[in-house]
Amino acid sequence: MTALAYTEPAPKVIAGLKDDWELVIGMEVHAQVASKSKLFSGASTAFGAEPNSNVSLVDAAMPGMLPVINEFCVEQAVRTGLGLKAEINLRSVFDRKNYFYPDLPQGYQISQYKHPVVGEGEVLVDMEPGVGRRVRIERIHLEQDAGKSIHDMDPAMSFVDLNRTGVALMEIVSRPDIRGPEEAAEYVRKLRQILRYLGTCDGNMQEGSLRADVNVSVCRRGAYEKYRETGDFSHLGTRCEIKNMNSMRFIQQAIEFEARRQIAIIEDGGTVDQETRLYDPVKGETRSMRSKEEAHDYRYFPDPDLLPLEFSQAWVDGIGASLPELPDDKKARFVKDYGVTEYDASVLTADVEHADFFEAVAKGRDGKQAANWVINELFGRLNKESTPVSESPVSAAQLGGVIDLIAKGDISGKIAKDLFEILWTEGGDPAEVVEARGMKQVTDTGAIEAAVDEVLAANPDKVEQAKAKPSMAGWFVGQVMKATQGKANPQAVQALVKQKLGVE
Amino acid sequence: MDELSSMTIAEARDRLRARDVTSREITEACLSEIESASALNAVVTSTPDKALEMADAADAALAAGDAPALAGIPLGVKDVFCTEGVRSQAASAILEDFTPTYESTVTAKLWDAGAVHLGKLNMDEFAMGSSTEHTCYGACVSPWRRAGDTAPITAGGSSGGSAAAVAAGLCLGATGTDTGGSIRQPAAFTGTTGIKPTYGRCSRWGIIAYASSLDQAGPIARSVRDCAILLGAMAGHDPKDSTSADLAVPDFEAALTEDLRGKRIGLPKEYGEGLGAEMQATWDKGAEMLRDAGAEVVEISLPHTKYALPAYYIIAPAEASSNLARYDGVRYGYRAELAQGDGIVEMYERTRAEGFGKEVQRRVLVGAYVLSAGYYDAYYLRAQRVRTLIKRDFEAAFEGVDAILAPATPGPAFGLGEMEGDPVQMYLQDVFTVTLNLAGLPGLSVPVTLASNGLPLGLQIIGKAWDEAGILGVGHALEARAGFTAKPERWW
Amino acid sequence: MSVDNETVRRAAKLARIAVADEDVPGLAKELSSILDWVEQLSEVDVEGVEPMTSVTPMDLKRRTDEVTDGGIQDKILANAPDAREGFFAVPKVVE
Repeated sequence: MTALAYTEPAPKVIAGLKDDWELVIGMEVHAQVASKSKLFSGASTAFGAEPNSNVSLVDAAMPGMLPVINEFCVEQAVRTGLGLKAEINLRSVFDRKNYFYPDLPQGYQISQYKHPVVGEGEVLVDMEPGVGRRVRIERIHLEQDAGKSIHDMDPAMSFVDLNRTGVALMEIVSRPDIRGPEEAAEYVRKLRQILRYLGTCDGNMQEGSLRADVNVSVCRRGAYEKYRETGDFSHLGTRCEIKNMNSMRFIQQAIEFEARRQIAIIEDGGTVDQETRLYDPVKGETRSMRSKEEAHDYRYFPDPDLLPLEFSQAWVDGIGASLPELPDDKKARFVKDYGVTEYDASVLTADVEHADFFEAVAKGRDGKQAANWVINELFGRLNKESTPVSESPVSAAQLGGVIDLIAKGDISGKIAKDLFEILWTEGGDPAEVVEARGMKQVTDTGAIEAAVDEVLAANPDKVEQAKAKPSMAGWFVGQVMKATQGKANPQAVQALVKQKLGVE
Repeated sequence: MDELSSMTIAEARDRLRARDVTSREITEACLSEIESASALNAVVTSTPDKALEMADAADAALAAGDAPALAGIPLGVKDVFCTEGVRSQAASAILEDFTPTYESTVTAKLWDAGAVHLGKLNMDEFAMGSSTEHTCYGACVSPWRRAGDTAPITAGGSSGGSAAAVAAGLCLGATGTDTGGSIRQPAAFTGTTGIKPTYGRCSRWGIIAYASSLDQAGPIARSVRDCAILLGAMAGHDPKDSTSADLAVPDFEAALTEDLRGKRIGLPKEYGEGLGAEMQATWDKGAEMLRDAGAEVVEISLPHTKYALPAYYIIAPAEASSNLARYDGVRYGYRAELAQGDGIVEMYERTRAEGFGKEVQRRVLVGAYVLSAGYYDAYYLRAQRVRTLIKRDFEAAFEGVDAILAPATPGPAFGLGEMEGDPVQMYLQDVFTVTLNLAGLPGLSVPVTLASNGLPLGLQIIGKAWDEAGILGVGHALEARAGFTAKPERWW
Repeated sequence: MSVDNETVRRAAKLARIAVADEDVPGLAKELSSILDWVEQLSEVDVEGVEPMTSVTPMDLKRRTDEVTDGGIQDKILANAPDAREGFFAVPKVVE
């Protein structure tokens, strides 16, 4: 597979009052493993259950309860690592991250600190055709999600629901290689796309299956390059971490606000405090999180209730062999095999279902035409009616049939759109519908000529005008098409009209 | 002491099967002994109704001839085991009235084997202690007294209630847990027998954790045979405990022997350093008995012995500080009264200050400190490295010997309150026992003689990993030759 | 003395245990005696020695991904000091 070539996008520059500033962004994306049960207990991960019902004694940290790891979750972390071309660690260790919070029943989160299951990898964030950022992945580790605290049900109390407690998360940690709000959103989009291709996370941001903590700092021009050369973070500015973002739009807004906030502080002669902040989408600003202000001292140590997680290279290879084709490869292949533009290839490969649909349509047909029909007619319509591609009323075979009829010259592009409408609302085999409803294009020159003659005869004044003004010919063509209910071959009509009017 | 409640398990088993006595009779005898033994404060929650119901069920099974191994044997359970519907507090006020909705794997196995649940036994809070004085229930008192003295003596700890109950004839056997010596030391102090199996032999599921990498459950009973019987029922792989070993449980009782010919027994020379004359003499006597049973006794070296206790007092508090973080007043147990305007942090801090006893607070603070930023490498990581060295010491020693004979404690039981105010002095009680926990090895404490002050002295047999059968065999031979039959004189 | 009053306060804060001011010096003394005593570990040459991770070498068993637990809200809340409407209730947490 020949990979597509990319150039790096320019970093986002914000002009302050005194100076120009560049953004430096690193992300920790928490992706919920698409497992049925939790990382260390057999309770369900289903969303939206009654409070504290998807909770086992282990999740509630009852005295004497012990964790037992879910094999599927381990496999998904490895699969994700392979999908991000990352190094897989055959031995990793679960640590306890100790802190107190009401929705953290154990008083510690089981996570992986020094020895994560997945090491360094890479994500290509494509910004526009030919332009992409290679974001380095530092690590992926498995950890437990916390529960949920609800603060608005009672004036004096917070209410705790442990349904999410212990759900498996993959924390995907990037290097600070993201250079702007749009890149940040595209990074999350790309990660989500890859995870969904792999099937390791459903990527549902509304339900919290994918959340991001965003680390933002600003620096003057040239500083970032120095950091990349030396690996020395002191070239970068002090970063603030914006917690728990679950919308691409809010990620962009929060970064934009946060960068400007930091620039204002620095230009005012102040210093940015390293802290955790929350984004308030209503006010459009970030604010310091009081509860997390205290100095972090998580007292990590290996969880003595668990043994090191070890597996063989052969097991990893087995998972590797089962990986699907991933977005970058698929996109390059679509460009190469189907001759579609890079842009269209991006649209078509946005997710596996769409890509599969396109391939089923394009197989053995003109790729570009298939892409046009799939993107403009089908995806457009699906989008408008909020219908998932899996429930498309028009199947790939039907759409392929429409394209075949156009190719054979049986129908015109315009009739094809009518046919598409019929297939969408009523269904049926395209060729049979065309036959049954007499939609076939008229290619019989005699019949077309008769129609042309009829139109000319009915409009003698226009005929005269047209002889002086050849562009009027188009009006006659339209009239003929109307008279034949669009079934006449437009090229044949045009030629005959011009011939009979004696214009070129 | 009632004759029925003072039987060994083996004897009771035979008599029950011979229909010479019923479980109800033995159980009633135990309940009545418990009733009259409140001065010992060994039993902290009695479950007479449950006990009699289980006894009757056992009698029915015995009558029907399909009784499981422990049918009708009344046992006491250390308060650290979660028992369904029965208050389980690990002797801590922070678990005030905590009534589990689940049964620990080990106790569930015992009940499945037909044993009868008499009630819960006193202990040091969260198993942190060597005297069963640090408990929300008040100190447990040993049935033993020094000759000619009425001063209360400790039954040891943390399984002091278990040891006292077995020694005083309140139950036929009891469960204990051992993190640094908490089965073997109380057994040695009370003239009873206790075994800490190999780490991973018994499931820890449902046992309130102290230090996860060290905690193991085991029995305290009146003989080596009884320990073998109980351990057989308690042990076995549990998929709910990732650290439990997926190994077959041997027939421990069948492995009991009095013939040690061909066996080599090691005496670690480091254990003799600074040892009192009386304990040294007991140890020598024990070695002689094993020789008499046909064993070859040789000196061995465990060079890192002296570092075991300091390593333990880093690792155990570190794990404990994390294990005990769940006691926060949110989901169960005690929650402090809050003043107007108090928030969640005040709730945590007050709940834990009021709910945890002094010794627990001390260890939790030490644990938080040694794990904190900047200290982890110097304390915790170093201690885990030393732990590796201690384990290697044993591995090297076991290349030349089959088992090790050692003192169980530095001396006989001390008086209640005598160690107050000096935590390190108290910690030193575990000097001979704690090394095994660090290395994960099994150890059996067997009573051998009475000290000059009239209190029992015990020896410890240490085995290779998974060789409980081997040390039970050596212990059986030692027990037969020691002929320890002394019982505390009843004063309670 | 290796542990000063400030260190005691910090450890108590980490462990979420309220310590009265008058108890701090006593605790500092006790913790110092313990930590001074464990200090002897620094004599041991641990160069190149792996820290212990599992005392009895075993493989970490993995369970299959099946829902086998949960649906026991009553048991989860049974011992709660304050449960309301299926939730655990705690004093207001400010984020």
